[in-house]
Amino acid sequence: MNQQFSRRQFLGAAGIGTAGTALGALGFGDAEVALAQAVRPYRLASTTETRNTCTYCSVACGILIFSKGDVHKGDKADILHIEGDADHPTNRGTLCPKGSGLLGFVKSPNRLVEPRIRKPGSDKFEPVSWEVALDRVARLLKDDRDKNFLATNKDGVTVNRWTSTAFLAASATSNETATVTYKVVRSMGALVFDNQARV
Amino acid sequence: MFPPLPNPPTQTTAPKFGPADLMRRSASTVTPPAQRQTEVAKLIDISKCIGCKACQVACNEWNELTPPIGDNFGVYQNPSDLLPDQWTLMRFTEWDNPQTGNLEWLIRKDGCMHCEDPGCLKACPAPGAIVQYTNGIVDFISENCIGCGYCVKGCPFNIPRISKTTHKAKKCTLCSDRVAVGQGPACAKACPTQAIVFGTKDDMKKWASGRVDDLKSRGFANAGLYDPAGVGGTHVMYVLPHADQPQLYANLPADPKIDPLVGVWKGKGKVAGLGAMALAVLAGVLHYLKNGPEVATEEDERKAKSLVDGAV
Amino acid sequence: MTNAWTDIKNTDLVVIMGGNAAEAHPCGFKWVTEAKATRGAKLVVVDPRFTRSAAVADYYAPIRQGTDIAFLFGVINYCMQNNKVQWEYLKSFTNAAFLVNDGFGWADGLFTGYDETKRDYDRSTWSYQIGPDGYALVDETLQNPRCVWNLLKEHVAKYTPEMVERICGTPKDKFLKIAAMIAETSSPTKAMTSMYALGWTQHSKGSQNIRTMAMLQLILGNIGIRGGGMNALRGHSNIQGLTDLGLMSNLIPGYLNIPKETEATFDAYMSTRAYKPLRPNQISYWQNYKKFFVSFMKSMWGDAATAENNWAYDYLPKLDVPDYDVLRAFDMAFNGKMNGYVMQGFNPLQAFPNKAKLAAGLSKLKFLVVIDPLETETARFWENHGPHNPADTKAIQTEVIQLPSTCFAEDEGSLVNSGRWLQWHWAAAAPPGKAMSDIWIMAQLHKRLKALYEKEGGALPDPIVKLKWPYANPDDPTPDEIAREMNGYTLSAQYDPKDATKMTLDKGKQLPGFAALKDDGSTACFCWIYSGCYTEAGNMMARRDNTDKDNVGLFPNWSYSWPANRRILYNRASADLNGKSWDASRKLIEWDGAKWSGYDVPDMLPTAKPQDVGPFIMNAEGTSRLFTLGMMREGPFPSHYEPFESPVANVIAPKIRGNPVARVFPNDLAQMANTGDAEYPYAATTYRLTEHFHYWTKNVYQNAVAQPEFFVEISEQLAKEKGVQHGGWVRVWSKRGSVNAKAVVTKRIKPLVCDGKAIHVVGIPIHWGFVGLTKPGYPANTLTPFVGDANTQTPEFKAFLVNIEAIAAPTA
Repeated sequence: MNQQFSRRQFLGAAGIGTAGTALGALGFGDAEVALAQAVRPYRLASTTETRNTCTYCSVACGILIFSKGDVHKGDKADILHIEGDADHPTNRGTLCPKGSGLLGFVKSPNRLVEPRIRKPGSDKFEPVSWEVALDRVARLLKDDRDKNFLATNKDGVTVNRWTSTAFLAASATSNETATVTYKVVRSMGALVFDNQARV
Repeated sequence: MFPPLPNPPTQTTAPKFGPADLMRRSASTVTPPAQRQTEVAKLIDISKCIGCKACQVACNEWNELTPPIGDNFGVYQNPSDLLPDQWTLMRFTEWDNPQTGNLEWLIRKDGCMHCEDPGCLKACPAPGAIVQYTNGIVDFISENCIGCGYCVKGCPFNIPRISKTTHKAKKCTLCSDRVAVGQGPACAKACPTQAIVFGTKDDMKKWASGRVDDLKSRGFANAGLYDPAGVGGTHVMYVLPHADQPQLYANLPADPKIDPLVGVWKGKGKVAGLGAMALAVLAGVLHYLKNGPEVATEEDERKAKSLVDGAV
Repeated sequence: MTNAWTDIKNTDLVVIMGGNAAEAHPCGFKWVTEAKATRGAKLVVVDPRFTRSAAVADYYAPIRQGTDIAFLFGVINYCMQNNKVQWEYLKSFTNAAFLVNDGFGWADGLFTGYDETKRDYDRSTWSYQIGPDGYALVDETLQNPRCVWNLLKEHVAKYTPEMVERICGTPKDKFLKIAAMIAETSSPTKAMTSMYALGWTQHSKGSQNIRTMAMLQLILGNIGIRGGGMNALRGHSNIQGLTDLGLMSNLIPGYLNIPKETEATFDAYMSTRAYKPLRPNQISYWQNYKKFFVSFMKSMWGDAATAENNWAYDYLPKLDVPDYDVLRAFDMAFNGKMNGYVMQGFNPLQAFPNKAKLAAGLSKLKFLVVIDPLETETARFWENHGPHNPADTKAIQTEVIQLPSTCFAEDEGSLVNSGRWLQWHWAAAAPPGKAMSDIWIMAQLHKRLKALYEKEGGALPDPIVKLKWPYANPDDPTPDEIAREMNGYTLSAQYDPKDATKMTLDKGKQLPGFAALKDDGSTACFCWIYSGCYTEAGNMMARRDNTDKDNVGLFPNWSYSWPANRRILYNRASADLNGKSWDASRKLIEWDGAKWSGYDVPDMLPTAKPQDVGPFIMNAEGTSRLFTLGMMREGPFPSHYEPFESPVANVIAPKIRGNPVARVFPNDLAQMANTGDAEYPYAATTYRLTEHFHYWTKNVYQNAVAQPEFFVEISEQLAKEKGVQHGGWVRVWSKRGSVNAKAVVTKRIKPLVCDGKAIHVVGIPIHWGFVGLTKPGYPANTLTPFVGDANTQTPEFKAFLVNIEAIAAPTA
């Protein structure tokens, strides 16, 4: 079912009009060995192609990610290039200026690469291990919840709510991330819970 | 919808054109192949362009160009001009149409026109620094470039830019590396509204005529195709809603021609011209040896002109 | 979206109002250019600025921000006056004929039942007349003066073209031209699509802006048809999914509700959710609410949710206020009533209004956890960046924990686009450094909390320790496992209701869709509207068959569209009362005498007779609603209200400031400029530019190149008045803050005349901050007011007041 690599090109789609031949009819001559001074060597030879969706807006354009190495075969895989997926019904291979620059998001110098903590009053972040960071967050959450959880309201009605710690969910994360986030947050009785759709 | 450009292959693909398909080579004589490849063209339909700059970003990403992060200088256009590392640029013009009273925001993607009769190539004194393939692509071969800047002077569209760091002339290649493996240029692949399409020149002309009809039906009586004869036609063409006034679109030349100077200088079959060409090459090389690569100055131009004048 | 991006190619008229599709959604806008190029469609843009959408429009008209309801009511009035109504559609598929309670009325800008002290209504008169059979009374001739249609006619009569010009500043001739173009689509063979986004939502009456256009579309018969619809372009790539999945204070996945504390018991909760049909034969699909709810509770708490404990009803928190939305949350933080904040992929210091208030709120937290793939201003709110972030670092006692997460290229899963397509994507690379997926991070937090509660006890541990966690590796659930959970599965074998010996689905099998859900605890389903997305046939969201029979634009085998893989909502309305398409060239589904069939999945059972069952199956009426009872806080009809900060008084109701039922916190009202305030004379608005995506792409090199520096846009006239140079520097300030920016002086913004007064518009893009590769700049929310829409609490970013002056270039 994961038809990741199945293709049905739109190249032959109907309604093309007179110019329907496009590249197929360019009639290029026989292949020649490129000399150093001729056209630049093609960049995507021997790369791995992965189908993905643009992370920005909700048009959700299909994209192709080209990498050296295959993450599904255990490689770390280095992404070289991203462009639109011509097989996608909505974007037909096109991308906007944001989508066209997606590689720069993946490779941004402002990507976060390690957990960090800024102590009260400090003027800097300090790197910590995941264990330290997660233990700390869990402790802070539990202490606040235990202290401020309201089991019943003044009328004695069971309300089981926690409103002194708030949660914000993203909206470019997957449904699967959202599902797990919902379960974890709601199971704590948290009510101050919102997401990007609000704004 | 025009058929979308295909997805890039990931297997090694032999380029479909190369040195054997050269039609012209700067400061050199080549024998063009008997069979010319089908001419390609990029068609830029101004009436569909939303000025989103996807073409700019896609071009920079594919060609690995990193122009400096600049300033805002009061318009949407950024960077402020074409650069050695910015080969295409959206130029924005706000125009009050006196006939309709309506504001029109004219947005033109600027970049190399890939002229059939390329002024840059004809002006270039460095052997093999500029080549033209039989499919119409005019490409700069940086290894051979001496950075003299004559291509800038030779270009009727003011396109090439000389890098201050590498002292090489740079411009759009029509993504010759992509076209060589059966794809279209990165800008055309990205363009969200198909304001840029790519294919054979014949198909582009046919497609353009349909677009012109649509524009005429919407009241643009002077809509038309921009494929200027003065440079033998171009392999980048525009559909203009006001084709009678190309200069409205950020000074797109109404009737671009190669500077007569270059014409005389490099004109084929003219003994005097050939002599001048040899001198010009020599001047270029000498200049390079003496001063290192840099943009042609007014002084250079005067010198070249005096050489030509002398020969004539 | 009721329709899909690819369906826009089928339209005849595109109206872009309350949005800027060419800039914000260029690849979706492709289908506008396609409709124009291939079927001669026209594009109309109505916007305070001549945008890049307007650059390719057939017709553009300016409008003052915050006056859309007046404009649209003007168009409805025009259609009524000129008999441009799709009458058969109106009578069959809307509640135009329903009779309204005699007590209902409107005067001086208010509907019956307003209580000024509560800023709320007693909505008891906002109802239908009910007959002895329990059904609503109707007059299909539309003669009864109390029928919805006649009440609406009376309500919109004041919105004449002259009144539209007076309120909106749209010249009468331009308004009339657009009204005429829109009215033409009342023909059953013409379609209009409405493409809108934040330009309509980010107002104190945003929901009513959208409702007004929806009403117009219903009157024209443009809902449920190819090329028609109400198409919310939406924002982030999974904003639709996060909303569907209910990651909001008051929601349970699939648009179910978190109980209020007045609903103390499960029975009390269910008693208001009977959703009895209001007309004969109608489906009123919310009657199945209990099945969705019980299946959700089984998905959350498994064996701990039983019939005996009311499916663990007590595990759900109960609301004491309508909503703990972000504005309330930050107001609580500002007032020292919030201790912790956990933010996943969100940058509220830039994204919510009144940055100074937000920063003060963050400074009072004990702890802040930021999970993000990128550096954000919020995570560094305590860092001093001069005028761009004047924080007193030492004084800020907030502990900040920053956790690095993966981005799209490094994770797998599904996203829901604006057209409700759930599309699966695959990872292409390992995360950078020590970054981990959000799923792993949330699983790790849960694991630790569960262990702590098991070890130490504490406040109500049960919902945490008994949370169903059915993953092979509890430390790191896979997207595939979670997707199966969203779809739902059987907890025990299912049998044919007509033949109890016939097993239809074994225990532990994926459900085929939400029709299979039960309220007896035998099915689990996290999000009922997604049921069908991952069946026994596999992951339907990963489907990549892009065939499109007859080029209708639906792509039924590409990914999965909720609900039930339906591509166009209300598609039953594409056909007349006999089940025949209004327009044969726009066929979606048709009745063949025995069943519905065609290109799309029908709204109702394929065998439901066309004369019986209305297309709007979620509504108890079976019809759509021009009169919306008590569902909207402002009233059953929209009404024009000015923004809270307005350069002119409300012409319709001069005494009313802003939206009379919008929630305003006391300290915020003091920070709002008065109507027509001489200190703040200019009408400002904020917006996105096509080169940037919110506050993300300032971290992306090429986008920083394409639009490097913060600027504001003003007209040539205002620039002349204020001595502002093209590309020079200006200071812009509101009652909440001040920013310095470059000035883009443009012909694309022109002064408007509203109620006899010249109004200058100041345009402020939102994308800059003190983090990023772009030049450091001020975020637009330095200026914006802290008030939201009365129904959704979406902040009023689109209309507020500022002042402006030319300044020398900053030295720093």
